[in-house]
Amino acid sequence: MQNFDYHKPNSVDEAVANMQASDDGKFLAGGMTMLPTMKQGLAAPEDLIDLHGIDGIAGVAEGADAIEIGAMTSHSVVASSALIQSDLPALAALAESIGDRQVRARGTLGGSISNNDPAADYPAALVALGATVKTNTREIPAEDFFVEMFETALAEDEIVTSVSFPLVEKAAYAKFPNPASRYAMVGVFVAKNADGVRVAVTGAGPSVFRASAMESALDGDFSSSALDGVAVSADDLNSDIHASPEYRAHLVGVMAKRAVDACG
Amino acid sequence: MPDTGTITSGGIGDAVQRKEDFRFLTGRGTYTDDINRMGQTYAVFVRSPHAHAKIRSVDTSAASQASGVVSILTGADMVADEVGSLICGWNVVDRHGEGHKAPPHPPLAHDTVKHVGDQVAVVIAETLSEAQAAAELVEVDYEVLAANVDTGSALSGPEIHPEAPSNLCYDWILGEEADVDKALANSAHVTELDIINNRLVPNPMEPRAAIGEYDMATGEYTCFSTSQNPHVLRLILCAFVLGIPETKLKVIAPDVGGGFGSKIFCYAEETTCVWASKKIGRPVKWTSTRSEAFLTDAHGRDHVSHVKLGLDANGKFTALKVETIANMGAYLSTFASSVPTYLYATLLAGQYTTPVIFCNTKAVFTNTVAVDAYRGAGRPEATFVVERIVETAARELGVDPAELRRKNFIQPDQFPYDTPVALTYDTGNYEASLDKAMGMIDYAGFPARRAKSEANGKKRGLGISAYIEACGIAPSAVVGSLGAGVGLWESAQVRFNATGSVSVFTGSHSHGQGHETAFAQLAATKLGIPFENVEVVHGDTSKVPMGMGTYGSRSLAVGGSAIDRACDKIIEKGKKVAAHLLEAAVEDIEFADGNFTVAGTDKSKAMEEIVFAAYVPHDYPEGVEPGMDETAFYDPGNFTYPAGTHIAEVEIDEATGVTEIVDWVAVDDFGNVINPMIVEGQVHGGIAQGVGQALLEGTVYDKDSGQLVTGSYMDYCMPRADDLPSFRVDMTTTACTHNPLGVKGCGEAGAIAAPAALINAITDATGAVTVEMPATPERVWRALQENN
Repeated sequence: MQNFDYHKPNSVDEAVANMQASDDGKFLAGGMTMLPTMKQGLAAPEDLIDLHGIDGIAGVAEGADAIEIGAMTSHSVVASSALIQSDLPALAALAESIGDRQVRARGTLGGSISNNDPAADYPAALVALGATVKTNTREIPAEDFFVEMFETALAEDEIVTSVSFPLVEKAAYAKFPNPASRYAMVGVFVAKNADGVRVAVTGAGPSVFRASAMESALDGDFSSSALDGVAVSADDLNSDIHASPEYRAHLVGVMAKRAVDACG
Repeated sequence: MPDTGTITSGGIGDAVQRKEDFRFLTGRGTYTDDINRMGQTYAVFVRSPHAHAKIRSVDTSAASQASGVVSILTGADMVADEVGSLICGWNVVDRHGEGHKAPPHPPLAHDTVKHVGDQVAVVIAETLSEAQAAAELVEVDYEVLAANVDTGSALSGPEIHPEAPSNLCYDWILGEEADVDKALANSAHVTELDIINNRLVPNPMEPRAAIGEYDMATGEYTCFSTSQNPHVLRLILCAFVLGIPETKLKVIAPDVGGGFGSKIFCYAEETTCVWASKKIGRPVKWTSTRSEAFLTDAHGRDHVSHVKLGLDANGKFTALKVETIANMGAYLSTFASSVPTYLYATLLAGQYTTPVIFCNTKAVFTNTVAVDAYRGAGRPEATFVVERIVETAARELGVDPAELRRKNFIQPDQFPYDTPVALTYDTGNYEASLDKAMGMIDYAGFPARRAKSEANGKKRGLGISAYIEACGIAPSAVVGSLGAGVGLWESAQVRFNATGSVSVFTGSHSHGQGHETAFAQLAATKLGIPFENVEVVHGDTSKVPMGMGTYGSRSLAVGGSAIDRACDKIIEKGKKVAAHLLEAAVEDIEFADGNFTVAGTDKSKAMEEIVFAAYVPHDYPEGVEPGMDETAFYDPGNFTYPAGTHIAEVEIDEATGVTEIVDWVAVDDFGNVINPMIVEGQVHGGIAQGVGQALLEGTVYDKDSGQLVTGSYMDYCMPRADDLPSFRVDMTTTACTHNPLGVKGCGEAGAIAAPAALINAITDATGAVTVEMPATPERVWRALQENN
C-alpha cells in the first residue's frame, strides 16, 4: 500500500471540497473494495476521503410509498431493519446474503452502488424496484445510474447521499453465488407492482440489466411457468473460469423462476 | 498449567483431548512470524511478472536510495558467492537407464525467469513497508519468451531448459509393456479412460516464513522456518546449497500452521534469508503473503493420463496400462521426481489382484511453479486412476461396481501379497471395509433413495472408492536403490528427569497432527507413567538428535516406532537397576504398568524409584551407567498399507448442476490406533481436501500469458464448512505386521479416497462417463445436458 492523505470531513460539502482539492482522491465508504485494492497496489489514491464523519447520510426512513436508505447504511442495518423486513423483505434478504458478517457490518449501500461491481447484489434491487439514487446535486433513476462495469453516472466529486426504494406488491431476489468468492455469478431480482413486473439481472453481464422478455411474459402471467422457453441471450454475458456465457444465460432463467416462486 | 480438558487416562487408544490445542485455540502458539530477533531486517522478493523471460538487466540504483533500505541482492550476487542450486533429492532413472534431468534451480534467478513469481532479487530494509516500497523501484528489463504451461502439450511447447530437450524431465516405466499389451489383447473386455488429475494449490493456513540469522562470534547460523522437516532442511542447506557445516546451522521450526506437503521442501526464500544474514550481519525475516503463497508454494497433482483396464469373461482384471504425463513445473522441487513414479505407479494394483501392470510416466517441465508432494503425493492420483477405471468398467459391463471390486480383491489369506508393481502388502481385509461401508450407507436402499430424489427434480448418485496407500516410505535400503538421496528412518530420544517426568525428543515434526498428544500417550503407556508427565519436543535441530521429518503419513509408524524402541531401551536398563535394588537376577525382573517386579513375588519397584536411583546412584549396580536417557533410530522393514472404502452419495440439482454431498461413509483400516479422536479428525480433514479437489479447487494458468488466473480466494475455491456433509467414520483393523506398534498411517487417507468416490457418485448421477475435476456446477450441468 502506498502512502496517502486521510481526510474525515464532517459534511458533504466539505467532502466535495476535499475531493476537488485533490489531484487523485477517492471517497471511502465501507472500504470493502477500496482497501483490498489499495493493499494489492491496484489503486494508489493520493487522498482518501472518509465519509463516516458526515451526519445524516446513514439510516433507514419511511417515506411516502417508499423507503429511503442513507448511503452510509451498512448491509447489516438494512438486513436487520424491522421496517425493511416488514415492507420490503426481499431487500432485507438481499442485504443478508452479501458477503460475510464482517463485510455486512462494514460495507455500505452507497459504497456498493458507487463501485458498481458487476457481481454486486444491490444493483439488481435498485433497477428492479425502480429506485432513485439521490446525490449531493441531483436525483438519478437507478437505470441511468449504472452505466458500465465499475462505472456509474456519478461525477468525480459527486456523492450518493441516499437511495429511495418504492414499495411494491411482491419482490424476491435469487442468487447463484460464485463458488469461490460467493459474489453473485448470477442474481435475479423480480419485482411486481401495479405498473407491471421488472426483472433485473446482476452478475451475468458487464453491468446490471433488465430482462425485458421475461418482464413481458410475467406481466401476462406472474408465475414461474410463464418463463418456460423465455431465454436470455448469452451474447455479451460475462465469461470467466467459473461460468461461460451460455451457462450464465441458463442460470438467469433458473434464478428468475426461483425468484418468481419466492414471491409467493 | 492450562486446562487441557478432561484426561480420561491418556493411554493408547484413549480419545484424549490434544495438549497443544490450548495454545492454538487461544492464539498463544508461536509461529515463525511471531518470532522477532534483535536487529532484525525485513526481506521482500522482487518476482517475475512473466512466465518465461530473459533477464536483460536488473537496475537497483533507485531502490537502493529508498528509505530504510539495508541491502539489495540479486542472482548475480549469489553467483559471485557460489550459492548452489536448489536440489531434487531423488534421482529417478528413466527407461533408458539415464538419470532424470535436473536443470539448475538458482534461489535468485540470474539469466532467465521460468514462472510467474520466480525470484529475481531480494530487497532488505529496516521495516517491511520500506522493503515493499523499495522492491517496487527495482527495475528489471525482461525479454519476454513464449510460455508453456499446459501439461498435456508441454512436450511440444517452447523449450524451457537447454538441459531438458522437449521439456522432458524423464520417461520412466514400471512393468513389462509387452506382457500388459498381450494380456489386454487377450482380454474379453477392455475399458479405456482419459483421466486428468487437476492441479492444486496447497493453502496451509499459515503461509511460509523464514528468519535467517548469523552469529559472527561463533560462526553459527540459525534458520527459523515453517518446515515440516527441520533436519532435512538443514541437510539440504548445508550439504548442497550453502556449504555450511551441519554443526554451524541450527534449524528451528516452531509451531507450524499446516503444511500438507508444501513445507517439506527447501525453497529459495529461506535459503536467501540464511545467506543474506551473514552478508549484511543482521537477521533477515521474510513472511509470505497469501498471493506469494499461490505463486511460489509447490503445487500438487497435475497429471494427464490414458488408462486401459482388461477384464476376462468372468470380470477378473487381467491387466492395467497407465500412461501419464506429470507436470513438474519450471524446476524440479525437493522430492518432485518421486511423486509420479515411486509414490504413484507402485500403487496401481490398488486392492486388486490385477496380475500385470505397466505404467509409463513422462515428467515434463512447464512455465509454472514447481509441483511436488501434496497430501497423498502420487497415491491420490493412483487411487483416482484405479477407482475411476474400475467403476467405469463395471458400468460398461452392467455389473454392480461393489461386486466387481469384491471379485477382484486380494483375499485376507493371500497376505503378504506381492503386487506386480514392486510392493509387498503386509496385511489387510478389503472386503471387511467394503461390507461395513455398504452397511453403513444402506447400499441396498439406494434405488429407493434415488427414486425419491428424482421425484424432487434431483439426480442422485452413489460412488465407491476402495483405496489403498503406502505410508512411511521405507526401508532406507530399498528407497536408496530407487534413487532416494536420503535414508528414511526416524530417531527418538526418551529422557527421564530425576523426578520422574519424561521428555520425548522426536525427529517427526508436528504441524497440526497432534504429536504432542499421541506421542505422549504412546510413551506414557509404554513406560507406565501418567500421560501428564510426558512432554514431546520437536522441531529444533539443536534439541532433537536427528530426524527425517513428517510427510507421507510416517510420523506414528516410523517416528512412533522409534519412540517405542527408545522406551524399550529405558525398560531394559531399568531392569538392571531394579534387579540390583530388589536383589534378584535381571532375567527375573518383569516390567508392567510402570512397575519392575521380581517374577513370582510381590517384590517390586516403581519406574519413578528406578529413575531416581539412576540419577542419584548411591546404591547402584556396578557397570551400569547412571542416568535414564536413551536414543533409538528406527528404519522400517516395509511401508505400511492403510486401506479402506469410502462411499459418497450426492444429489444434483438438475436445473443448476449444483452437487450436494448428502452422505459420506468412510471405513478405514489404520491398524492399531493411539488416539481415535485425532485419527477421526485426520480423516475428516483429508476428506475435506479430497472434496476440495473433486468439487471446488482448480488451478488455472492462462495458456498464452502463463499468468496464474486462480491467484487468490476470489477465484481459487477452497472447501468451506457448508460444502461438506457430516462424515460418518468407522474402522476395521488389521494390525501392521512389521512395526512394533502395529500401526499404519492415517493423515492422507481421506484425500486419497475422496476424489474418486465423489466423481464416481457424480458420474453415476449424471450418466456421464467423465466429469472433470473440479466438478463445477457448469461442468455437471453440461454433463446432464449431454447425457439426458
